[in-house]
Parts: sequence; structure tokens; C-alpha cells
Amino acid sequence: MSEQPMAEGKPFEPRIVAFFCNWCTYTAADLAGTARMTYAPHVRVIRLMCSGRLDPQFVLAAFRHGADGVLIGGCHPGDCHYQEGNYKALRRYRLLKRLLREMGIEEERLRLEWISASEGDRVQKVANEFTETIRRLGPLRLAPRPGAIRLPIWVPAEPQPAAREGALP
Amino acid sequence: MHAPEVYPDGGPRIGVYVCHCGLNIAGKVDVHEVVEFAKTLPFVVVAREYKFMCSEPGQELIRQDIEEFKLNRVIVASCSPLLHEATFRRVLERSGQNPFFFQMANIREHVSWVTEDPRQATEKAKSLVAAAVRRVIFHEPLERRRVPVKDRVLVVGGGIAGIHAALTLADAGKHVYLVEREPTIGGHMAYFDKTFPTLDCAACILTPKMSAVAAHPNITLWTYSEVTRVEGFVGNFRVQVRRKPRYVNEELCIGCLQCIDACVYKDARFPDEFNLGLGKRKPIYIPFPQATPRVVLIDPETCIWFKTGKCKRTCLEACERKAIDFEQQERIEEIEVGAIILATGFKTFDARRIPEYGYGKYPNVYTALEVERLVNAAGPTGGEVRLRDGRIPKRVGIIHCVGSRDERFNRYCSRVCCMYSLKLAHLIKERTGAEVYNFYIDMRTPGKGYEEFYDRLLQEGVHFIRGRVAEITDWAITPEEEGKLILRVEDTMIGVVRRIPVDMVVLAVGLEPQPDADEVRRMFNIFCSKEGFFLERHPKLAPVSTFTDGIFLAGACQGPKDIPDSVAQAGAAAAEALALIDKGYVELEPNTAYIVEELCSGCKTCIGLCPYNAISFDEGKAVAVINEALCKGCGTCVAACPSGAARQHLFEDVQIFQEIEGVLAYV
Repeated sequence: MSEQPMAEGKPFEPRIVAFFCNWCTYTAADLAGTARMTYAPHVRVIRLMCSGRLDPQFVLAAFRHGADGVLIGGCHPGDCHYQEGNYKALRRYRLLKRLLREMGIEEERLRLEWISASEGDRVQKVANEFTETIRRLGPLRLAPRPGAIRLPIWVPAEPQPAAREGALP
Repeated sequence: MHAPEVYPDGGPRIGVYVCHCGLNIAGKVDVHEVVEFAKTLPFVVVAREYKFMCSEPGQELIRQDIEEFKLNRVIVASCSPLLHEATFRRVLERSGQNPFFFQMANIREHVSWVTEDPRQATEKAKSLVAAAVRRVIFHEPLERRRVPVKDRVLVVGGGIAGIHAALTLADAGKHVYLVEREPTIGGHMAYFDKTFPTLDCAACILTPKMSAVAAHPNITLWTYSEVTRVEGFVGNFRVQVRRKPRYVNEELCIGCLQCIDACVYKDARFPDEFNLGLGKRKPIYIPFPQATPRVVLIDPETCIWFKTGKCKRTCLEACERKAIDFEQQERIEEIEVGAIILATGFKTFDARRIPEYGYGKYPNVYTALEVERLVNAAGPTGGEVRLRDGRIPKRVGIIHCVGSRDERFNRYCSRVCCMYSLKLAHLIKERTGAEVYNFYIDMRTPGKGYEEFYDRLLQEGVHFIRGRVAEITDWAITPEEEGKLILRVEDTMIGVVRRIPVDMVVLAVGLEPQPDADEVRRMFNIFCSKEGFFLERHPKLAPVSTFTDGIFLAGACQGPKDIPDSVAQAGAAAAEALALIDKGYVELEPNTAYIVEELCSGCKTCIGLCPYNAISFDEGKAVAVINEALCKGCGTCVAACPSGAARQHLFEDVQIFQEIEGVLAYV
């Protein structure tokens, strides 16, 4: 587990976190699988319902915890399952780019792609391309390579009674 | 295990199940290693592998472990959650657990099927399992929202698929709105004379169904109408339909057609759309005698009254029922339905896009659809196959795969062209005795009775030449080619380039998506596949469903299909819609957003972001309030809330942060 990719002689294996929306890009990634389109294994996909759910903190957290690159995937403009969540993602993406630049992180480490549910080949292409980009940029080295697992100690909040009641029609 | 006392339910007790999926996963991923790895993860009580987790024994394995090890969280590492999340949630439910204490790790579509190196695939699978374990610790019990469902269905498109779906639902006692863009229902099937391979008369099997639609008490038929807006969600769609003016009152017109005789134009002189311009019609017309509804319409583009305001309007006097209404305006109807079936069909490939075939240049080059009209007894020639100059052709060439299986246009096979070419070959030979040549790439006749029909054509003496026609020209180089169209083709069976002179060419044009398929899919919030046909939810397990719940597909709008397949799919779509609305309610995924009032600062950032106006502001408490009935769970407000007061069930910040750490912790 505590494999050290940065050790002498070993090639740099980028660590990439991808946030894909449920309706377009995640489905496209499934399609890439069904069509057996192999691509670089470095991309780890986290499913969100919409790219509009992408809290900029997710991206920063990914970098903080050791990601070398972050990929965001959403529906094409005009195709958002929730009408316009992808436009919100685009705004946050631009903001994040600026923020990363100010923090001295290469802005190419963050990439946004519109990939529709039928574009499995695009997932393959983007994953490969992005992996190459990150490989070229080298490791980000924000976080030490993990040794021990940090145990999540957190008491799940009791469901908010006021909010939950509204749930039932 | 660590500090279980901080967890109110005695601490998470997680079971991890890694699926082999036959060799789909196990052929690439070292499943055993993933299991051993999972055992080292926090709160994991048991980790196992099994050939097929989704099978009954696989599910039973989970059920037994839940009982034996008192599991309260379950991870299944297998295929995509879009495929089997519901399956495994049901396992938890049946074991008395809240189904949302479950997380799936997608190690098939996202790992084993897309990774070349087994070592890297195994590492990736491990990191996805680790992320799932971390995430599920923070899952919470949730309840699905139950929402009542409207008891009515909208069917868009009145071809054979739409007709069949509408009749099936109406017979089941449900009210159906059937909306058709053209003045009559019937779709492409109404053009045909015979259907393959049985050669039964298309009108004899279609027109009874058309009149059944018109007469059915449970069907509201709106022809010459288009859907203009769709709102709402599964079970509760609000749809706006625009009914174009036909300048004839549908309720009053009885289809006596006296107005057409009375029109000041003594002769029909305008190209008849239904006969693809091969016949003529008047400005007031009916598309074809069996049109349903049997109601005439006026074309304002050609009617003198609409063009000049000066006409004796003899049609008005001729109509005893006073049905003609030159003042008619378009009408907007608003309906509420529980389910929608899209059966919007296809268009045929535009043969002008292949200039070397000379369609539009040589009058005797026809598309197959035009020939369907020529061989039709109700067509412009009364079923006689005559060329535009009135001659009867002695030699006919049928070119297959026009616009299909062609890198320049469409790569896919249109599925119906081989068979309809055989049918047309038979009909042309029968009607004219002509020599018929089929130019094909491969003969594709899979289907009940199809190969037998091909055999029959071979016996009938129809010629088959294997090769794609390079060009059609009228440039004769021998006396027998004079006045003919010459097809230049490489006969790949004998490896010789041949010139074959014919009198008539039939282009077996392929099937394409409707030109406005992209706008339609946006309106209904569904997707198109690469070729532009509507995308089904799953090619095998959900072939008539879409990614938007409550919207189903039937017929060739989903991909090229012949009549039997379209009807079968229409029946399936009707059954799916019926299953949905007959239950009376739907259960919605509880992934809605909510506000933690104590944290809300009342900044109102979220309110403007919500595309569904689900967020309002409680002035008394000075906090935002989310109407969960309106929320669709995109989470845009959650991502934007500066104080962390807006949250989303199933996609809580903490769950996603854990997932992020999880995928990164073990790389």
C-alpha cells in the first residue's frame, strides 16, 4: 500500500481524481467500459449527480490529499439534466483556475470537459490526454505520500427533523 | 476497531463483497487481493468474493452476513451503480436494513474493462473499494419520497409504433394523448403497399388500427400538432401542445370531400406531399383517402384566399356542415401526464448527398420511398410502375446501402433496406415483368421468414450483383446503352467492372434520425446516441427506457427498425408506462437538498441558483427553505452555500470528502 511511486528509478504515476456527473460523463465512462476502450488507469472517478454539485472545496481537497490532477466532467452546454448546473460548474472552474494560479499550482492540473452519455471514446481520449499532461507536469507534492490511514472519526449528524419532515408528501 | 462508541448505532459494521462477474472482473483484477485488502480497512467486519454477486446466491450471501455479523453497512464492488445499485439496495431492505447504507464500487466499467495492466487494475480496484468504505461510514438512513402519479400518458408520434402504444394503453383503460405533427396518423407505414416478408397489404393491417385510434374513447388524438414544452418529472409531467390551424373545424368536418371538388382550382396542380411530389393535390385536400382523422385541411401557401384575399371561396358554400373556418387560429393545449412515450420515427437518407447517383438530376432515379408510392394501388399511378414519361421500365436497378454502411454518411446498417429492396424487386417484377438487378454489399436478412423470402427472390430470377455502384450516368458508349441509365459497378464476385444499362434506378435509402431529433431530445431532457437516434437507458436491460424516468421510446426514433420490431417495442414501452402509472405513485431517490437552519446565514445565494424555484426565504426565521417536492437533487445550491447550511442527502460533503481521500490514500 505504501508504494512510493517517487522512489528512485520508478516512473511517475500520476494520481488523478475525476468528478463526473451522473447523467452524461459518468454514463459515458460506463459506455467506454462496455465498449472495452482501455485508457490510462490513473483516473479515479467520483460520481456526482450534476457537475453543479462540484463544490470548489472538492477540487482543493483532492489536491491537498495528494492528487496531481483533477478532471471535471459534465454535460454539454444546453444538455444539463438539471438545466444549467454545468454552467455553474464552468464558473467555478474558471474561479478555481485563477485560484490555483495564485497558489502557484499549474492551472493545467485542473481540466473541465463536456462529455455526453454517448461519447465513451471521448472519455478514453480525455483520460489519456490528461494523464499525459500531468505526467509532463510531474508530481504536485502537496501531500506526503500516505502511510497510516487517517481514521475518520465523525459522528453522523442526526437527521434534521425540520428538514426531514418536509420530505414526506 | 476504533472508537465505536462515538457512533450511535454501535459503530459501523461493514461487509465488503467483491464480484468476479465471471471473468469480466476476475480476468483482470486480482479479486482475492482486493478482498484481503478490504479486510484491513476500518470497520470492515467481513469481506468476501463471489462469482456473480447480483445472482440469487450472491444476494443470499449478503443477507446471511447481515444477520450473522450484524452488518449495518454494505459495499459491493462490481459493475456500475447505474446497473445494479437498486438490486443490492433491495437486498439490504429485505434484510431489515435501511437501503441507503450501501455503496457500490464500479470495478468493472471503470476498471477491469478499461485497464490493460492487471497490476494497475487491481490497484485501482483497491482504491475504489477504499473510497467506498470510507464513504459508507458516513451514510445515513433515508426514506424515499412517494409522489402520486398522473393516470394519463402522452404518446408523441402517430406512426405504427405510436399507434400501437396508444391502443395498448387505451385498451388497458388509461387515457392517452396521441400527438402527431402531420395532418394524419399512419407514419411511414401508410406509404407502403405491401410489407415484407409476408407481402401482406400494409393498408389492410394499418388502417383498422388507425380508425381504432380515432374511435377509441380513451384516446385524445391531436394531429397537425406539436409538443412545444415539457416540464415536471416522472409521474407529473406538464406538457404544452401547439395545435396548428388546419382552417377546418375537426369536430364538424365529416370527410365528405365536397369542398375539394368545389375548389376554384378545377385541377389538382400542387405537389402532393404524401405522394412525395409524384402526384398533385389542390389547396384544400386530404393527405390520402384513409387519412385519420378524416378531416380536410387547407394549405395557406397555395390557397388563393390566403395568398391574395380574393377568391369566390366555393369551398365554403360546398360545405353543408360549415366546417371551413378561414379565421381559425392555432391553439395551445396544456395537459398533465404521468408518462411519455416518444415514437417520433425516422427520416430517409437524402439521396442528393450522393451526387454520383444523380438523384434529382436524372428523372428516372427514384428513392425507395417514391417507388413505394408507385407500387401502391392508392398511389399517384394507381399501382402501375411507370416512369415519369409514362413508359414502363424493362430493366430496373436497385442499389442497396444508399447512405448506410458508408464512412462518408452513416456507418450503421439501416436494417430494413435489404428486405424492402427484395420486396420492391418482387413487386416491380410482378407488375412490369422487368429484369431487376440488386446491387448489394452483403445481403442482410435476419428475421422470421426473411431468409426464405430472399431464397424466393433468387428463384424468381431477380439478379443479384455484389458490389457498390460507383456511379450512374446517361453517357452511352454502346448502342444498347442509348437512352438508358448506366450503372458502373465492380462485380466483386467475378472481379470485373461492369456497365449495366437500366431504365429505372431505385435507391435503397437508409434510415436517419428526424432532422429535429436534437431539439426534441432537449425538450424531453433525454440523450441521443452518436448517430443521433434517441439513447435508451440500457441497450439490453432497459431498451425502451431513457435516462429520464417516465419517458420511454418506441420504434425507429431509437434506431432503425422494421415494423415487427417497432410494434414489439411499442408494446414494451406501453407496458413500462402502464407499470409506472398503474401503481399510482412513484418513489423518488431521496437525494434532495435540505437546509440546516442553525447554520444558514440568510445570504440567499442559493435561491437564485435553483433552476426549479424550489428554494424560498423564510423572512421570520431569516433562513432559506427548500421545498423537497420541487427539488430534483442536482446539488448546485449545496456547492454554492458559503456556510455549509445547504446539504444534500446521499451526496453529503463529508461523504464526498471521504471518497476523495479514499481514492487517493492507497495509490
